[in-house]
Amino acid sequence: MSLKAFHIIFVAVSVLLSLGLAAWGFHRFLTLGKSIHLLFGIGGLLAAAGLLVYGRYFLKKLKNISYL
Amino acid sequence: MDIPFTTKARPDTGLYNAKLGIWLFLASEVMLFGAFFSAYILLRVGADPGAWAHGLMNVPIGTFNTFVLILSSVTVVMAWAALKAHNYSLYRNCMVITIACALGFLVVKSFEYAEKFRHYEVWMKDGRRMTGHIDYEDGGVKKHAYLWSTKTLSKKKIESIAFTPDAPNEWATGQYYPPLTKEQLEHVKKHADSDTHHHEPIAIKSADIQRLSAFVPAHSTFFAIYFTMTALHGLHVLGGAIVLSFFLFRGHKMWKADPDRLTNRIEVGGLFWHFVDLVWIFLFPVMYIL
Repeated sequence: MSLKAFHIIFVAVSVLLSLGLAAWGFHRFLTLGKSIHLLFGIGGLLAAAGLLVYGRYFLKKLKNISYL
Repeated sequence: MDIPFTTKARPDTGLYNAKLGIWLFLASEVMLFGAFFSAYILLRVGADPGAWAHGLMNVPIGTFNTFVLILSSVTVVMAWAALKAHNYSLYRNCMVITIACALGFLVVKSFEYAEKFRHYEVWMKDGRRMTGHIDYEDGGVKKHAYLWSTKTLSKKKIESIAFTPDAPNEWATGQYYPPLTKEQLEHVKKHADSDTHHHEPIAIKSADIQRLSAFVPAHSTFFAIYFTMTALHGLHVLGGAIVLSFFLFRGHKMWKADPDRLTNRIEVGGLFWHFVDLVWIFLFPVMYIL
């Protein structure tokens, strides 16, 4: 597996982490009501969106490099 | 005699030597960290109620460090892609950012460790438990107490400590660490709408203390596994930073002599770096959030 393939897996896991962080933040905000948790929720969603955009850009940019 | 397949792939495996080597090494690393993650799960599942030190991590700092490592993975791939495109100066810039991120991660982590070493839990003889900080005066200068324990109190013949308690740490709705007594819980509920916690230091007599511990491995099973896993991960970050620094500072000579070889070495270094970052992506939620 090349660095390209590993990087795609890494970005996918990072997106999942960001979404998890967002879910945690929103859940904590709804149950405890602290604004810092709302920030985590919004920040997590933005990070996930940013990573998805980056992932698409990365795939397009390195389309000529092998996955092996 | 030249060693074969250092740059070109072997026809049977489709891999050059170093790539096969790094994947075998990473397989052993998966087993190492896998064992620690398994140990973590078993320790947590088997922990007594109120013994798992929940919610004591600094989540904003951990989140910051997580995104620093994600950024470093992006830049190490960009460094490799730059070499593939024969752009050495872009490679160098990306590598500088990668190493800066690695060092930044380690600096932040060391501050986080230092904060833990001056953060305490006190177990009182009447059953109350509190977390907070201890300050003392030394020659008229106010200082933070680092790494004190119950033994320190008797060794230094300290009769009482000035303890600044934390606000009750509600890590989940209605669940606190350390667990609150019935009276403490009623007090918290009564004052839930008004922030009456002033973080004033309180004097606690050493004779009333059953146990005092900083947030060190000896504090609890949680901190033992936390320090073991994060320190092991930190050593990997340091090792990766040293190897990548070598490629940054000594790479130009190899680039002139054999550009494909340097490109392959950066790919191998990048694979290790991604593994180290991936471990953190799992460590962060496990230790800080869940």
